[in-house]
Amino acid sequence: MATDTDSRPFGLKLAGTGFLVFWSLLALLPLFWIVTMSFKVPLDAFSDNPLQVILGPRTRDLRGGISLSDIVLVGSVLYCLYRVPKALGRRAVHLFSARRLGRIVLLGAYAACLWLLVRGDGAIGFVILGAGIGAGIVWLLGFSDDADDEDGVLGTLISAVIYVAGSLLVLIVLVPAILPSIDAVLGVLPLGELLTRPLLGATAEHYLSVWVERGFYRNFLNTMYVTAGVTAISLTVGTLAGYGLSRSKSTVAFWLLILALVFRSLPHSVLVTGYLPPFIASRDILQPFWDMPVLGWVLGLFSTTPPTLYGQPLAVIAVLVSINQPFTIWMLRSFFQSIPAELDEAARIDGCSDIQAFRRVIMPVMWPGVVTTGLFSFLLAYNDYLICSLLLNSQNQTMVPSITQFFNSETTTTDQVQAVAAAVSITAPLFLLVMAFQKQIVSGLTAGAVKG
Amino acid sequence: MRRKTFWKFVGPSIFLMVLFIALPLCGVFWQSFFLSVPVVEAVEVETCTPGFPSQVCTTVTKSQAVLDEFGRPVENTTFVGLELYRSVVNPEAVREAFASRNPGAILRVDFWRALRFTLTFTFVTLPFVLGLGLAIALAVNNSTQRLRGPVIFVSLLPYIITPVIGGISIYWLFVGDGIVTQLIEGLLDRNVSVMTRGWAVEALMMFYRVWHIAPFAFVIFYAGLQGVNRDTVESAMIDGASRFERLRYVIVPHLMPLIVFVTLIHLMDSYRVFEEIVAFNAQSQRISLQWLTYDFLQPDDSGNRAIGRAAAASMLTMIGIVIIIFPVLRRAWRDHRA
Repeated sequence: MATDTDSRPFGLKLAGTGFLVFWSLLALLPLFWIVTMSFKVPLDAFSDNPLQVILGPRTRDLRGGISLSDIVLVGSVLYCLYRVPKALGRRAVHLFSARRLGRIVLLGAYAACLWLLVRGDGAIGFVILGAGIGAGIVWLLGFSDDADDEDGVLGTLISAVIYVAGSLLVLIVLVPAILPSIDAVLGVLPLGELLTRPLLGATAEHYLSVWVERGFYRNFLNTMYVTAGVTAISLTVGTLAGYGLSRSKSTVAFWLLILALVFRSLPHSVLVTGYLPPFIASRDILQPFWDMPVLGWVLGLFSTTPPTLYGQPLAVIAVLVSINQPFTIWMLRSFFQSIPAELDEAARIDGCSDIQAFRRVIMPVMWPGVVTTGLFSFLLAYNDYLICSLLLNSQNQTMVPSITQFFNSETTTTDQVQAVAAAVSITAPLFLLVMAFQKQIVSGLTAGAVKG
Repeated sequence: MRRKTFWKFVGPSIFLMVLFIALPLCGVFWQSFFLSVPVVEAVEVETCTPGFPSQVCTTVTKSQAVLDEFGRPVENTTFVGLELYRSVVNPEAVREAFASRNPGAILRVDFWRALRFTLTFTFVTLPFVLGLGLAIALAVNNSTQRLRGPVIFVSLLPYIITPVIGGISIYWLFVGDGIVTQLIEGLLDRNVSVMTRGWAVEALMMFYRVWHIAPFAFVIFYAGLQGVNRDTVESAMIDGASRFERLRYVIVPHLMPLIVFVTLIHLMDSYRVFEEIVAFNAQSQRISLQWLTYDFLQPDDSGNRAIGRAAAASMLTMIGIVIIIFPVLRRAWRDHRA
């Protein structure tokens, strides 16, 4: 419709652009607002005046803030760090993947981790965990590129880990060390005082107290555990089923898909009603299995008594995988259908069995579809409130249900700002996810629609 | 594909769905006819306090749960037929309300209140989601290439964000003296408190849902717009069709399958409305069907969960969802046979 665009009157063009700008503001405003609030002291965060919430004058007086020189310096450092992968990335990957160096560095890092863990340095353990997660994100964000072959993955990962560790070192140690001296130099200059004066009030105290004092990191780890389990299992099971259904035209396959559609539309509370009584009483229900002659001995190796499933993250993973199955099957089936059936026929003529054809021929071209479906499985598990809040107890709670605990205990405005900080903490990974996977999300949303 | 391999591929998935979806459903159906009450016995407890010249003893009759040999409360389960359904639906109140020519009175029963809100919510948000999604899709499709990437990125954020968090972030704009409340107060020049009015909370929840789902409709419609036949549009232009007529007679018919798809997904999802109630803290003003079940499942002060009533409410909720998706199923079956 490119020619159509040119012929449009100016007024309509302006209205269209204006509408898009309005929508973008509407989409961003609530998110922008909670991010702003989370960095202010309560007096500023709940102020009547929007400008005061953004500028945070009381926060600036009480806790300090960010000056123009800070913004410029940190901005330029960040920009340099952003350029590093593009300039050096490929070379670093080659360095680590081409020689044995890669494996040696990895072993060394592993040994260092073990040593730190044995020594029991809790804080350092978390730093390492953070660096690892950060490296994973950077890797996903495009440190790797299309030139990566099978051997390149190790090198890419190692260079990503080193890159993130180096960046953290620069940002946490080097920049705070340099900043005061630069400010001192600027202060001598005539207009320098204007640059170094704090402009925006900001404080990270709410994040610190949420993550460290209130133990939000435990909820974070639980969430990671549950989401990783759900994504991995539902992809494995769903890929098999999706392939089977896409290559079958029988009535059974049709009914299975319709059944999946019905299951997808079920309200989750209906299912939880079904889970709760057996989960709470699971010890009695499972006891006969433990009393069986052979099976009981095998099961006894894992635990001497049958487990109570209520409150177990593993049980929640199984539940979320099953609830997610209908959706996963439908989405993967439409991705498989876009792969021509001639491909597996050709493989079978070359002597592959069905399963070999699936593994050797179909899967290598299916990865984009699997990644996309994995994203949506991740989102389902990450965003779930109802199931986790009913089936997990407070020790094993994930992040999203635990945020309501902040409201239940809300007595002071500080608690409320901490709740805001927790909310922003939950949202931040999703933001990165959209940045890294915009294309896959769009293709996943449209994949279901094309086939209906 | 041979039948045996087909089952090998589909087997694990079916196993999971049967174990964790079909069986619990049967369980819920079964439970909805049985009432479990913890067995309570009356115990006479004698408490003595030292006194002079003799102890002062008082005997109180207390009711306490009977425990079995493992120390767990014994539950007495009886078949009650449709009694649990009756306690949820409360037909006496309905009859009374209609007899007294005041049908609004049935909204005092939680179930009818929840049904009223759920249906209103589902059908009021639908046209807004479709309209806003289509509007954004058309605007993006007609905008310059440079604007498209950022707009798609920004639009995905409300869709991808955790529903509870998204709802809370809008709640914070309005609650107490939030900035939007301030803005309204400035415009109207009087004191406004948005969150104390039921209809305002309801409208906000609908606004949140449109904000959350419209990006989904947008992405789907935008993908559909890429496939509009240029020749048809051009011949419509030659025939003198105005911009609106082209939209009405060429583009919308082309998007019709996608509109049906978005409608179906939206009906299924908003019938399950739940997170909004949590985020807007609205349970005292508005409740939904899924919230009703959730509320029964929450342990009460003595730690009991009203499983039977939750099961009855669940079954009633299921009837609604079957009615909503029945036309789709019938069409799919016809297409399959054709």
